[in-house]
Amino acid sequence: MQYTELNRIIRQKPGEYTLSAVNGQRYIGCGLGSEYKINIHGTPGNDLGAFMDGASVNVFGNCQDATGNTMNQGRIIVHGSASDTAGYAMRNGEIFIQGNAGYRVAIHLKQYGADVPKVVVGGKTGSFLGEYMAGGIVLILGLGLAPDEDITGAHCATGMHGGVIYLARDIPDYKVAFAMNKTPIEPEDEPVIRSLIEQYCQHFGEIPHSLPLDKFVKIRPQTSRPYGKMYVGN
Amino acid sequence: MIKESLKEGNVRIPSGCAICGIIDRTGRRFNGNDIIESIAVMHDRSNGLGGGFAAYGIYPEYKDFYALHVFYDSNESKKTAESFLNDHFYIETSGRIPTEKTPTIRQQPKIWRYFVKPNRYKLQESELTGEEYVAQCVLKVNSKFDGAYVFSCGKNMGVFKGVGYPEDIGRFYRLEEYKAYLWTAHGRFPTNTPGWWGGAHPFALLDRTIVHNGEISSYDANRRYVEMYGYACKLQTDTEVITYLFDLLNRRHGLDLETAAQILTAPHWEDVDRMPAQQAERIRTLRQIYSGALITGPFSIILGFNGGMVALNDRLKLRALIAAEAGDRVYVASEECAIRKLCPQPDKVWACEGGQPVIVYADYEKAHHEE
Repeated sequence: MQYTELNRIIRQKPGEYTLSAVNGQRYIGCGLGSEYKINIHGTPGNDLGAFMDGASVNVFGNCQDATGNTMNQGRIIVHGSASDTAGYAMRNGEIFIQGNAGYRVAIHLKQYGADVPKVVVGGKTGSFLGEYMAGGIVLILGLGLAPDEDITGAHCATGMHGGVIYLARDIPDYKVAFAMNKTPIEPEDEPVIRSLIEQYCQHFGEIPHSLPLDKFVKIRPQTSRPYGKMYVGN
Repeated sequence: MIKESLKEGNVRIPSGCAICGIIDRTGRRFNGNDIIESIAVMHDRSNGLGGGFAAYGIYPEYKDFYALHVFYDSNESKKTAESFLNDHFYIETSGRIPTEKTPTIRQQPKIWRYFVKPNRYKLQESELTGEEYVAQCVLKVNSKFDGAYVFSCGKNMGVFKGVGYPEDIGRFYRLEEYKAYLWTAHGRFPTNTPGWWGGAHPFALLDRTIVHNGEISSYDANRRYVEMYGYACKLQTDTEVITYLFDLLNRRHGLDLETAAQILTAPHWEDVDRMPAQQAERIRTLRQIYSGALITGPFSIILGFNGGMVALNDRLKLRALIAAEAGDRVYVASEECAIRKLCPQPDKVWACEGGQPVIVYADYEKAHHEE
């Protein structure tokens, strides 16, 4: 079925939908409010849940590019992996990805008042995690990785100026961008991380081994204006 | 004549393009239905201004001949170009490439095919290898003969392309009647350059073909670089230069595919500094010798050649590319759905990483022997 037809049918009437044999249809859940719940079996196409405004989406399969693009509210739960740019420019809401996610995860994440978007990835991500992040919370759990495998790629947090990235294992310093602090987590971070891990387990079942919080690191901008002196000295 | 303001390049169209490839590692051949189905799933990535396919192992009965596929604008251009072909080649057989009337495919050129060998005396006189002789003749036709364009010239392989959606182009060329062990496909969404028959992908020289999603920021640097080696970039699109780069590095300079990929997507200097000394030295040397062959900008490409394929992303991975394995077959595609369409449960699915080539070989000779 072509995506325009599929999305037209869904938009006609709020409720719960279960879509089977989905394969590449774009824009599913696009702009939908909290009166919608959509269960997807298969491989949804690009821009799943773009501009979503409160709906909840369950994916039983892998997602393609730009999952939750500029999402305003709602929740996307991916029982699988996601390709590049998951959580692009989210303003609020949550994305939980059971497996890995691609390049440019959670870039341009926003935050305003009580609106704090959250992106949780069970496995690892590619390069440019949290690029240009302006707010929100990103948590990468690194489940199922080999002991020497990095939890994220290079250029992590490039251009970031707000929000926080939590990683379940440390990464080499060179992977973290200029003007960022990479530190062990602090006591006030623990409840936030614990709560997100709990939710991850609710969605995907218990994780095979406990995650020692003392191994977690967080990445934050050094100041509230990290690039104020990037090009000039004063 | 198209109004100047309506030509691509004068209007901004957001970029798309779809690519995919399927290879059977044992060299067993299968018809074109699979690749058409696969590329058709990504219909929305193209806009009907170009579609094309490369197929390997399709002409076993003529496997010692170069198969020239040629577009002609007119009988006149055909006559002129054919006199050149007759002078320079022994033509075993020739004819129109069979096509199917397809309502959405219009304004097609005359599409001809020739199975040829270099003219023995001319070849001897030129002191070139057979491949180099063919490549030079083809480049000459494409740059000097108005209205004639050789868009495929390898042995036992062929390119089929045109203006239209790829699935329509596939039916137009009756690809279900060909059997290949490697198929690649492209759906075009031209952004900066006109959509015309010759400008559709794949771009081929000898048996190397390229399908490409993205754009090459370093195009002019790359174009000037290959022009020094006698390649003329005349096709009004950036992709052809990648074909020439692979031809130069892989065929003429004899570099292996891993090295060629390392040159096109050379590691960043800061990464080189962290490498073990010997490896760093090697990369530095390659970057210095081949600085003009570095491709920057967003791209995902699939190179096809006799015996295999290479899938490659730009260093920063600005275009999507997914790979999967299922039994003897390996798939790559811009979107996972294009793979799942043919193979709902692959043994393994993974995302290609920036600058890390996925190279797959097929044992065609053995399979062909058994056939």
